Amino acid sequence: MKINSPLEVYKYLPQTNCGECGEATCMAFGSHVIDRSLQLEDCTPLLEDKFKKKYLELSELMAPEIREVTIGVGERAATVGGDDVLYRHQLTFFDQPALAVDVWDTMSEAELVERVKFITDFKKFYVGRFLRMDMIAVRCTSGDPGTFRETVSKVMENTELPLILCSLDPEVLKAGLEVAGDNKPLLYAATKDNWQAVADLVLEHDVPTVLFAPDDLDTLKSLAGTFLEMGRQDLILDPGTNPQGTMLRESFENFIKLRRAGIKEGQRDIAFPLMSVPMTAYLTAGDEVSSSYWETVLASVFTVRYGDIMILHSIEPFALLPEMHIRDTIYTDPRTPVKVEPKVYEVGSPGKDAPVIVTTNFALTYYTVESDLASNGIDCYLLAADTDGLGVEAAVAGGQLTGQKINDEFKKVDFDFHEKTGHNTIILPGLAARLQGDLEDATGLNVMVGPQDSGQIPPWMEKNWPPKPK
Amino acid sequence: MAKKIKISELGSLFNGMDVESLEGVTIEGDIELEMDTAGGLDPQLAYMLGHETAQVAQHLINISRLLGYPVDQLFGAMAQAAVSGVTRPQELLRSKFEVGRMDDWKNPIQEVTLGATSADGGSRGSTVTLGGENALPYYFDSPMPHRNFVTMDVFDMAIGMAKAVKVNYEDVIESPAEWAKKVVKDFNADMVTIHLISTDPNIKDTSPKEAAETVADVLQAVDVPIVIGGSGNPEKDPEVLEKAAEVAEGERVLLASASLNLDYERIARAANQYGHAVLSWTQLEINAQKELNRKLMKQCDVKREDIIMDPTTAALGYGLDYAYTNMERIRLAGLNGDDELSFPMSSGTTNAWGARESWMVKSPLKEDSDWGPREYRGPIWEIVTGLTLALAGNDLFMMMHPGAVAVIKEITQSLHGSLERDTVDISNWVTAEV
Ligand code: SF4
Repeated sequence: MKINSPLEVYKYLPQTNCGECGEATCMAFGSHVIDRSLQLEDCTPLLEDKFKKKYLELSELMAPEIREVTIGVGERAATVGGDDVLYRHQLTFFDQPALAVDVWDTMSEAELVERVKFITDFKKFYVGRFLRMDMIAVRCTSGDPGTFRETVSKVMENTELPLILCSLDPEVLKAGLEVAGDNKPLLYAATKDNWQAVADLVLEHDVPTVLFAPDDLDTLKSLAGTFLEMGRQDLILDPGTNPQGTMLRESFENFIKLRRAGIKEGQRDIAFPLMSVPMTAYLTAGDEVSSSYWETVLASVFTVRYGDIMILHSIEPFALLPEMHIRDTIYTDPRTPVKVEPKVYEVGSPGKDAPVIVTTNFALTYYTVESDLASNGIDCYLLAADTDGLGVEAAVAGGQLTGQKINDEFKKVDFDFHEKTGHNTIILPGLAARLQGDLEDATGLNVMVGPQDSGQIPPWMEKNWPPKPK
Repeated sequence: MAKKIKISELGSLFNGMDVESLEGVTIEGDIELEMDTAGGLDPQLAYMLGHETAQVAQHLINISRLLGYPVDQLFGAMAQAAVSGVTRPQELLRSKFEVGRMDDWKNPIQEVTLGATSADGGSRGSTVTLGGENALPYYFDSPMPHRNFVTMDVFDMAIGMAKAVKVNYEDVIESPAEWAKKVVKDFNADMVTIHLISTDPNIKDTSPKEAAETVADVLQAVDVPIVIGGSGNPEKDPEVLEKAAEVAEGERVLLASASLNLDYERIARAANQYGHAVLSWTQLEINAQKELNRKLMKQCDVKREDIIMDPTTAALGYGLDYAYTNMERIRLAGLNGDDELSFPMSSGTTNAWGARESWMVKSPLKEDSDWGPREYRGPIWEIVTGLTLALAGNDLFMMMHPGAVAVIKEITQSLHGSLERDTVDISNWVTAEV
């Protein structure tokens, strides 16, 4: 973004305070445009003909430093890039990195179909939504365009995920485009040796492409400049991901250099999303588990430092889960509140025999507990105690969660145990076990210690609920 | 000598012929082809030019190849001009990539040395120096003077552990000294942390004196620098750490921890009196970290070279985003000149084992895909948690699983540039058989 104050945005707006955008004033809208929580297009008057010039000028000024590139079509299309800052606390990172898993054209059909389905369906629930993988990278290992074409078709029959067509042979890419060309696949890759033929394919099919120049930023920049000259904006740069030793350090440096040049120095001709290929971990000697581990390590490094799209090989859950989580970690918007409102929440429709469970108002803790309860159909009352946004363990260690405090919290919201429940019992998180005595003294109620992890509440309930009369 | 061929001539030349190759034809000198769409053109070609230009271009390229004349580039450019109104350059537009160094990182991070050898009045075989950075970790702006180090956890009593961790320690779980030896000898720990958790009045209420004996045993058993941790009980920790500091006099241990919710002055005093360093522990709050560091320096006279920070580690998926950004902000503030935050950092990476993904047999949520075997999930959770913080600026890792320790060392030392490994040819990874 070339401008960063609401006032500067305001200059380009219709300035009527009409409210169409949902904001009371154009100035308020301007501040949402700056923090990118609203889009220019949300101001519908701005799209009218008479404002066209201002709209175009403002769009140009508001464009993110790193260009956005969209791969695929339909619901699962993914946009990568779009970043404006080097550190997430300065705003937030946009467009989380796309995780692609490979298949190859020398697999048997049965294996191929199984793998594609696995990648497409893999999911993990996390704070109200599912984490998933995003793309399939089809590698040509046969060297044969016909075989590749068939494999690409087979993959398309079995997934809606966007594709990356991987071969350095333009004839192979061409064969892939014959079947996938209408679905905006990403081509991998144009290099210093094949770029002319790949450029022709890109121009003919209007598809995004990766430019690959391992360990050579001059060539990478030259390729980018050349494709820009042809009017291509949907480029992704791969400076190479060396899997180990000092060469890995060099790759790491290259990612930092490119992103710094793009964001801090405003070098438009390299301000593109970056691709990392952690699957190069498999080019080193090692058993399946070590390679899978190392690939996860590389994926984590390049998620933190500026990779926008990755090609991975392992489909072990122990690799996929941390890869999806580290991506979410780095791309979660730090501006969203850490805390939920401290109060007693109702999960489902709790009756008199429903348990009363204590947790903290750290958003992550609260949502984890809440989804564990809801997913297992447990109706209950859930206290999100005000710990100033700390989790249970930290709050107990730091003294933000005490027996007295929990008692106060119930009092504050007028939660009457005798009226609401027939059991006069509170369940403490296992990690707060040491507060049991305190809490009994403070409340005069029966206090039970639940499991250490809310995921184990269902079996715990089976064994311990309802409480046996003393 | 240049010869001009018009496209119409080419068209008529090959009209109706099924040309596969031309033999015995060579062309010498320059050749020039003109795209002349006016008059004399085979109607078929005219139609193609209007509607199927790409095919015409292909046709021309094929002909030129048949003629043995390398005009691919010329025709390619023309073809693209025809297709999209865009000219494909014939040559790569050569340019050089350059980028500047960060000029606002002017303030180095404090160096802190742990452990003392006999030359300095201690009995350690080696010391560990942390800090000294002038840039974010592994950045090219300035070399990182010291690599990252790992201190492995030892507890003064048998504790509950995830199965994948426990299998490594079953034989030593009753003896802190044996446990310490094992992590140094077998698992390559740079340091050892002895956690005196049994001193908690709610656990075993072990006396400070007894706890100090455990510390002495550990110092006897290994000659690496050590960290001494309390139980986390704010009433008991000051006296436990005082006694421990006393028996460790001269060894330059790290006392863990001074925090705002206990009598940090007593811990600071013990460190000053017996020549140790202090771990300044706060909970995910940069301003609290500043405040505690300031109090330690101003109010308790702790010297800069005796302070390490623990801004709190949350596990991957359980607040690592806060822990990461908190550390990164602290490190950037330090580099940019904030002397209340320019200290080395330590991470309780073992916290990763609190994540359910580390130890649960399967997902508690029915909607999830299969999580796979847990024995592989735990170590990678610890690795990714630690590695992420390494990238934010963390210097010292308190860890638990030997496999995770090995991988953290491998990756941090690779990024540090201190590990030589074979160079791998990545230029054709696409075709790799894996
Ligand atoms: S819709 Fe546009 S003109 Fe109307 S208030 Fe919002 S910003 Fe102003």
